[in-house]
Amino acid sequence: MPRTWGWVKSVVKAIPDGLQALGGWAVNSVWRLGLESRFLWATLIHSGTSFRRFGLITREIYFVGVYSLIIIIVSGLFVGFVLGLQGYNTLQKYASEQALGLLVALSLVRELGPVVTALLFAGRAGTAITAEIGLMKATEQLSAMEMMAVDPIARVVAPRFWAGVISMPLLAAIFSIVGVFGGYIVGVVLIGVDEGAFWAQMQAGVDVFDDVLNGAIKSLVFGVTVTLTALFEGYDCNPTAEGVSRATTRTVVISSLAVLALDFVLTAFMLGGW
Amino acid sequence: MPTEHLVEINNVNFAYDKRPILKGMNMRVAKGRVVSIMGGSGCGKTTLLRLIGGQLQPATGSVRVAGQTIHELGHDDLYRMRRRMGMLFQFGALFTDLSVFDNVAFPLREHTDLPEPLIRDLVLMKLHAVGLRGARHLMPSAISGGMSRRVALARAIALDPMLIMYDEPFAGLDPISLGVIANLIRRLNDALGATSIVVTHDVQETLAIVDYIYFVSEGAVVAQGTPDEIRASALPFVHQFVHAEMDGPVPFHYSGKPYAQDMGLGEIGG
Repeated sequence: MPRTWGWVKSVVKAIPDGLQALGGWAVNSVWRLGLESRFLWATLIHSGTSFRRFGLITREIYFVGVYSLIIIIVSGLFVGFVLGLQGYNTLQKYASEQALGLLVALSLVRELGPVVTALLFAGRAGTAITAEIGLMKATEQLSAMEMMAVDPIARVVAPRFWAGVISMPLLAAIFSIVGVFGGYIVGVVLIGVDEGAFWAQMQAGVDVFDDVLNGAIKSLVFGVTVTLTALFEGYDCNPTAEGVSRATTRTVVISSLAVLALDFVLTAFMLGGW
Repeated sequence: MPTEHLVEINNVNFAYDKRPILKGMNMRVAKGRVVSIMGGSGCGKTTLLRLIGGQLQPATGSVRVAGQTIHELGHDDLYRMRRRMGMLFQFGALFTDLSVFDNVAFPLREHTDLPEPLIRDLVLMKLHAVGLRGARHLMPSAISGGMSRRVALARAIALDPMLIMYDEPFAGLDPISLGVIANLIRRLNDALGATSIVVTHDVQETLAIVDYIYFVSEGAVVAQGTPDEIRASALPFVHQFVHAEMDGPVPFHYSGKPYAQDMGLGEIGG
């Protein structure tokens, strides 16, 4: 009996601490969201330099976009292979294997292209951006820039932001195209689905506005989300080795969760006809 | 003719969160002089430079540079003011993705529309002044700490600033590099007609090159004077600092419980 009371007492005692921790977490999250919004605003109003000197953006597109190409192409190909296999396995039960092309294309263009590309982009380019900016902060390069009267938001952050926003839809498009090609190799070349049916069903069933444009909108939103998160975490990190490491981890976790949550919201709006 | 002051720090208080760093700091830096701010680690020397550069704002008091109150300037005016300042960071803070040449060219390319051949000549002149014209093609990862600081110095003077600030320019340097940097600080200041503020705790090298010294402790100026006055000072803090004595007003032991009590021996000697 006394042991039971002791247990209850410790639970009752822990409740205020738990509530305090929960409240602290909630306040901190809202606080960081506010800081990130201000950071986005500052980035947008300091973007003039980036567009006047477009070379700054193209250089960053090379680093975040071109360097991500290999992982995007290889992943797209394997996702296409798997879609071809799984799709054929399911469709042939209903004698609908001619619809394989449509299934592969819709899966990729509507969902897998934007979402998987964004997750890979967060892991490949997002972490690189966070680590680079975090290290620039830790080694006082950003302070040095400020003292040279060069705004780091305009010179460092804005070009990377626009490079990410431009690169993401292009990478998602490449992912989808390569994925369709992967589905074609497995479905048509290896399994023997009729080639004409594969392409004809795809052409007839994929709508430019309902499918392709909505996929492009998703990838654009994910591009803003992942790039902004990566930049903010790098710019806001503690200027130490541990701080940069934590910021890099936070970039992957926050941007991945944000992409998945936003995908649900956007899909709900798109299926509901906005 | 009265001395014209380029930098005036008036009764400045500053705290990080609730930890006070500067407490009623007053300081004057005359135009054309090399002035040193000395003091132990964590006494607020670097904070002072950041206040002068407008990267921090005082809680109370004012920091005036060339007649303008720094923390009252808007974004554009502050950046205009910073174009007339150069700052050498403790470890150089070179941009690691740019070569030595491009690091020095950076402020010129950002703030001027000069043609590239002219920028090349200017960069080579600045690099020549610090003795590194031949190292222009190297990346920051391929040069030593002393060379990094010389490149950073060339970058800091790229726009011929009126005020050059040095944050611990001698830290971690070998004696030769240290002598080179100390010499450059003096020579460049005189050649450019600039004013320099050197934050450091390397006493002997500094006394040899500066015109005036402020000693800072616990967020306020505790002593000041010319190098000769400082050498002759009888103030315990200055004496301990200049002669590198282990114990004195700056205690060797961090404050805590009595030793005997920590060792479980109870009170000794009442």
